Amino acid sequence: MNMSNMAIDLVGVRKSFGDKVIVNDLSFSVARGECFGLLGPNGAGKSTIARMLLGMISPDRGKITVLDEPVPSRARAARVRVGVVPQFDNLEPEFTVRENLLVFGRYFGMSARTIEAVVPSLLEFARLESKADVRVSLLSGGMKRRLTLARALINDPHLLVMDEPTTGLDPHARHLIWERLRALLARGKTILLTTHFMEEAERLCDRLCVLESGCKIAEGKPDALIDEHIGCNVIEIYGGDLDQLRELIRPYARHIEVSGETLFCYARCPDEISVHLRGRTDLRVLQRPPNLEDVFLRLTGREMEK
Amino acid sequence: MDDGYASVMPANAYNWTAVWRRNYLAWRKVALASLLGNLADPITNLFGLGFGLGLIVGRVEGTSYIAFLAAGMVAISAMTSATFETLYAAFARMDVKRTWEGILFTQLTLGDIVLGELVWAASKSVLAGTAIGIVAATLGYASWTSVLCAIPTIALTGLVFASLAMVVISLAPTYDYFVFYQSLVLTPMVFLCGAVFPTSQMPDSFQHFAGLLPLAHSVDLIRPVMLERGADNAALHVGALCVYAVLPFFASIALFRRRLLR
Repeated sequence: MNMSNMAIDLVGVRKSFGDKVIVNDLSFSVARGECFGLLGPNGAGKSTIARMLLGMISPDRGKITVLDEPVPSRARAARVRVGVVPQFDNLEPEFTVRENLLVFGRYFGMSARTIEAVVPSLLEFARLESKADVRVSLLSGGMKRRLTLARALINDPHLLVMDEPTTGLDPHARHLIWERLRALLARGKTILLTTHFMEEAERLCDRLCVLESGCKIAEGKPDALIDEHIGCNVIEIYGGDLDQLRELIRPYARHIEVSGETLFCYARCPDEISVHLRGRTDLRVLQRPPNLEDVFLRLTGREMEK
Repeated sequence: MDDGYASVMPANAYNWTAVWRRNYLAWRKVALASLLGNLADPITNLFGLGFGLGLIVGRVEGTSYIAFLAAGMVAISAMTSATFETLYAAFARMDVKRTWEGILFTQLTLGDIVLGELVWAASKSVLAGTAIGIVAATLGYASWTSVLCAIPTIALTGLVFASLAMVVISLAPTYDYFVFYQSLVLTPMVFLCGAVFPTSQMPDSFQHFAGLLPLAHSVDLIRPVMLERGADNAALHVGALCVYAVLPFFASIALFRRRLLR
C-alpha cells in the first residue's frame, strides 16, 4: 500500500452522547514525524477524540484514518503500530516493571525472546534500569508514567497517542517526560498529545488545535497562533477596582480581558501603562510575553482551568 | 452496526492465550493462599454434610451418602470457583483496575479478552473440582481414573458458569449487585439440581424446572462418571452445557461493547 505522509486524518467528525455534543464537526491532520497537540480545558472532548483514534469509540459522522487504516473498521490493524499513554494509569500494580513489559508485549503477539531483547533498551529509555525487578506499586508517580511510556513503545509504534501524559506529576517528573518525548520526536515518531497545560503544548507541539466544547476554535503553530491572536506584550494586574483600572488604561491598550480578579491588558507599549500605574501599592503588576493561555482567553473570554 | 460487532469478536484462535497467561502470572504470586481459600469451603462442606448428615441419611441411589455428595461437591466447586473468579477478579480487571482498558490499546479485541478470562476461570474450576475429586479418591469414595474422567466435564462446567457470570458483570454497576445473582440464582441451583440430594425427592414441576438448569446437567454428567455408572443422555447434557457456555459468551461481548466502547 502506498503510505501517505499523514499519520492521522480526521474529516468532519462528530460524536454526541445523548443530547450532548462532545465533538462537533472536527477536522485535522497530523503529518508523520509531527507532534500535534489537542489543547483545551477539561470537558473539551480531548479524551473522546483520543479514544476515537484508537477505535474504542465510533464517531456518529465523519471519517477517521490512522496510519492509512480506516478507523474504527480497521482499528485493530492500526493499533498494531500505535502506542498509547492513557490519562489514568492501568499498569499492573502487583507485577514488577519487567513483568509489566512482558505481559504487554504478549498482547501484541510478541514472543518472550523478542520481548526480552527489547526490554533493556526500553528500561534505559524510561530511566528505570535499576527498577526492573521492583513491583509497580512501589514506584513513584513519575516512574509509573515513564513505565507507561516504555510500555507504549514495546511494539515499536509509528504513532504515540498520549492523553494528558503529565497531568498529576510534579515539575521535575514532568520535565523528564518532556525530555523523553523530545527524544522520541528526534527518532521520527509521530505524537498526538492532549493537554490542558499551555506550557506543555508550547514546548512540545509543532502544531496544535485549540478545542472548546468539542469545537476547534484555532489551529496552527504555537508561536503563529500567539502572533496572530495576541501579537503584543501582556500586563497582568491583580487587585484594585477593575472597572476603574479598565477606564484608566483603556487609551493605551489594544485589548483588555478580565478573568476572575485579574485584568489582562494587551499593549504594544506596556511602558505607557506602567507609568500610569506607578506608585499604586494596592496593585500587583506583572509584565510578560504572550502565551497560549492568552490565546485561549482571547478566543473564549475565559481562562483554561489550571 | 454489524461491522461494529464483528470488530469486537475474538480476532483469532490464539489471542486469548495472552490474557490467560497474564492471569496465570498474577495467580502464581498468590497460588498457595488461593488454593487453600478455594478448597477449604467445599472440603468443609463435604466432611460436615457427608459424615454428619450421612450417618442419618444412610444410602442414597445405591451408594453411601458421602460418595453421592462428593460428586455433587465437585460440580458445585467447579461452579463457585468459576463464578467467583469472574464476579470478583474479572470484574476488578474490567472496572477498577482498568486492566482490560490497557489490553484494548493493543491488537486484542474485547472478544479475545472475554475468551481469555473464561478459559482462565474454567482453569480454576478444574483445579478446585479436581482437588475435591482427589480428596474423594484418597478416602476411597471414588476411583482415581473416574476423577480423571470427570475433568472434561468439570472444565465445561467452569466455562458455563464463567460465561453466565460474565453477563452478570457486564450489567452490574458495582460489586453490590453480585449478591442477587449469588442468592437468587446460584444457591437455589445448588439445592434444585441434585447436587446434595436426589432430584427425585422433589415435586414433578420442580424436577422439570431443575432439568433446565446448567448445574443439573453438570451433576448428571459428573456423578455417573465418579460412581462409575453409565450416564443417561450424555450427549443431551453436553449439548445443553455447550449452549449455556456459548450464548452468554456472545451476549456478554455485546454487553461489554455497550459498556466499555462507546
